Amino acid sequence: MLNKILTTILFLLLTTVAFGQAQITGSVTDNKKQAIPGVSVAIKDTYDGATTDSTGHFRIRTTEKGTVTVVASATGYETSTQTITLAAQPIQVSFALKEKISELNAVTVTAGAFGGGMGKKGLTVLSSLDVQTTAGANADISRAVNNLPGAQQISNQEGLFVRGGDSYEAKQFIDGSLVNRPYYLSASNIPTRGRYPATLFKGFAFSTGGYSALYGQALSSVLIMETIDLPQQSEANAFISPIQNSLGIQRLAKNQQSSFGFNYQYTNTSLYYALVKQTPDYFIRPRFHNADANFRIKTKNGMIKYYTTFSYNKLGVRTFNIDTVDMKNALTLSNYNWFNALSWKENLGDGWKMSLSASYSITHDSISSQLQDAHNVPQYTFEKYWLDTVNFRLDRRESLVQGKAVIEKRFSNLNTIRFGGEYWYSQYDFQYNTISKHLPDQLSAGFAETELYFTNSLVATIGIRAEYSSILQKAKVAPRASLAYRMGKGSTISAAFGQFYQKPENTYLQVTSALDYTQATHYIINYQRQVRGTFLRVEAFYKKYEDLIKTVPSYNNSGSGYAKGIELYFRDKTSFKHLDYSISYSYLDTKRDYLNYPTALMPGIAANHTATASVKHFFTRIGTGASLTYTFATGRPYYAIIPDSTGKAYYIKDQGKTNGYQTLDLSIYHLTRMGKAAAIWYASATNLPGRTNIAGYNYSYDARVKQPILPPAQRTFFVGLILNWGIDRRQDAIDNL
Amino acid sequence: MKQIILAIALLATMGARAQSSKYVAAMQHNLQLLDSAKTTEDLAAVSQAFERIGDAEKTQWLPYYYAGLAQTRIGFADPKSDRDAIGQKANELAAKGEAIEKNAELCTIHNMASTIQMLVNPMERFKTYGIKAYTYLQEGYKLDPNNPRLYFLDGASTFGKPEYIGGGKEKAKPLFVKAEELFKAEKPADLYPHWGLAETERYLAKCN
Repeated sequence: MLNKILTTILFLLLTTVAFGQAQITGSVTDNKKQAIPGVSVAIKDTYDGATTDSTGHFRIRTTEKGTVTVVASATGYETSTQTITLAAQPIQVSFALKEKISELNAVTVTAGAFGGGMGKKGLTVLSSLDVQTTAGANADISRAVNNLPGAQQISNQEGLFVRGGDSYEAKQFIDGSLVNRPYYLSASNIPTRGRYPATLFKGFAFSTGGYSALYGQALSSVLIMETIDLPQQSEANAFISPIQNSLGIQRLAKNQQSSFGFNYQYTNTSLYYALVKQTPDYFIRPRFHNADANFRIKTKNGMIKYYTTFSYNKLGVRTFNIDTVDMKNALTLSNYNWFNALSWKENLGDGWKMSLSASYSITHDSISSQLQDAHNVPQYTFEKYWLDTVNFRLDRRESLVQGKAVIEKRFSNLNTIRFGGEYWYSQYDFQYNTISKHLPDQLSAGFAETELYFTNSLVATIGIRAEYSSILQKAKVAPRASLAYRMGKGSTISAAFGQFYQKPENTYLQVTSALDYTQATHYIINYQRQVRGTFLRVEAFYKKYEDLIKTVPSYNNSGSGYAKGIELYFRDKTSFKHLDYSISYSYLDTKRDYLNYPTALMPGIAANHTATASVKHFFTRIGTGASLTYTFATGRPYYAIIPDSTGKAYYIKDQGKTNGYQTLDLSIYHLTRMGKAAAIWYASATNLPGRTNIAGYNYSYDARVKQPILPPAQRTFFVGLILNWGIDRRQDAIDNL
Repeated sequence: MKQIILAIALLATMGARAQSSKYVAAMQHNLQLLDSAKTTEDLAAVSQAFERIGDAEKTQWLPYYYAGLAQTRIGFADPKSDRDAIGQKANELAAKGEAIEKNAELCTIHNMASTIQMLVNPMERFKTYGIKAYTYLQEGYKLDPNNPRLYFLDGASTFGKPEYIGGGKEKAKPLFVKAEELFKAEKPADLYPHWGLAETERYLAKCN
């Protein structure tokens, strides 16, 4: 107590009493005359100063004399100075601070985008941890993305079906490079998984429309995946389960400037299929090999990353032939795929940034189909085309070389220009029985985009993209624009418009290359509110399709369609401790006239209402997490569209709607230690109530007989053990005590 | 008693070393404010006062250290604070101090700043901010292997971590024991950091 008094006396002696004092009072406001509390107001080069109170007022007592500079500074505002001359009377000074336009508090366009900015600010909607812990996703990226609004629940196919669009309208990018074939090859109506493990990525930006001019050749959606930077430490991983086993190593260099790693994964369903009965007769049970390797090098102000993965899968499955009494279709398929992506991002200084990416990928599908009798003996020679066409061999090889360069210049006021170009060289070789086709294409694109910040709360992005495809021999120019306005703390309203072109799929181009681009125009309006751990998003959209491919009477671009709807997403990570829940709902109204549709119809890949509710809870005391996901979708339409007697026109012989989709999925994980490894036990089950979800119907050639499309098994189960050996030096520190 | 003598000594030499005395007095005054600060507003104000001293002095790292320390106290104590902004501010202050002198004390500020940013979402941020915090501790140990506050912070983060990821009481205890031993032997120069013994003893009691 005594020395407290002493130092106070000393302080007073030194600062006030000894030299006399002057006083400065005043207030600090922002441009809108709102008081700013907590601002530091200081007399330059002295200790004297004060902090503004809740009404923005301050009072400084000083022993300084004469002319001084007063500085007002606060996080998020431009620093302001005033020169004053001190006198015996108190002096009034007021500051109006200009909001600093900075990355931290500037508004960003949120229309169409989920998790844009890759977690730079606040909340990434889908992190790699989310993918691993969401029940029903089974650590598959696309299945986790399917829980976000805008995506449809299509249980019999893999892929992203966004806002009435087909899965090929959604494209995936790894470090800027297009992923040509993100999924393993699947047999019809048996969905397969994505090739890439979620743990490879920092996070996922899912766009359901209106995306930037930097991306093209996708009518509906882009999923942008960015691989992780240098790992924080060297580590080894193992995954052990009855179905899937993997082993991986990441090595961080001693100087922490580079790393390399590799993984190998082997999946074999034999044991699992022996335990859990599958409806189809697998004569070759699905097996998958996947090996990947990577390196990352820190450059002066950037990073070089390389990622390569090689995968192989094979399966053989028999299903009943619907056109006969007791015959079967036996399908054998195998695929190998090699994907390489190299990227280099560098800050060149003075606001200049460069991102270069290059990739090479090749994929080869071998499919053979046989008609077999009840004893699995091959059957040939029929006069019936619907049986003849069951016997075939199909070989498909697709390769893609691409290069992309983006140059960005950011000015001090955050205004940004971005421009660049990309080039894709693709080859498609196709052999169906004795027919073969070679389709090379060179697609080049140039793009430019500018982001204009009028204030911290108002930004406009205007972009343009031009594309030319050598196979179509046509060029297109696509404008994109968006606008975002921040209404208050954490709430943003934004709108986006964009035109998107995509060249027809190779399956159509192999018939004729006299086709044009397909086209979609997006109009989106979005409201988003993000306060601490809660996130609310409402979005309405209208999408117009033009020049879609029609296959009847001959292949042409006269198809069209529309999709409109409203979507809602709410996620709350903080209101309840260790509880993370989200709700997502999509309303979709869509019709399209494409392929062999006789008129505009709601396609079989669309449901009017889709909803997902997901809850995750972590029990800290026992180190156990549980996740429960309930998914609901109304019925999807199905049609039997067959040619009329002339064979030139098609008509709807039969139609209906499925019984909808409902599933309740559970996953549980338990964290523990096994020896030196951090261990996670993982178990999951899908469709707990065992509901029969009909995905659609298969028809006989004449549409007289129909059979429901059912999943291979009603429920799926999964158990596994994840081990991680972090090569951590913490132990050394303790040992050295 | 030590401080009384010091205060008298200061008064005596005031005339000769007015500038330096002014510094010491201002520091001591604000250190008292820091120790008695109860609200986020108090802590923010004292942090700014230290920053002003640092900005005016230009060659002293201690004002920045305490400015940063006050920020971390906000970050740990106020669950409503913007922990990302607090962590960033504390890191900036520590970096200003490091421009004058690199030392283990400033590493503790970086460590706490990263820990605060990790607390925003420990599950997701453990691998980034958690390991960053750990790296700053290691850097601190290199600069001063006998700094008790490093052992205390190491112990506290180990204590807070669940056992299944290598934390828990048992692993934390030897760190606190070591910290206590070092705290008792510590003879900090005037104005130098000396906090941590009381906190260490509180944790030790919980470990037993």
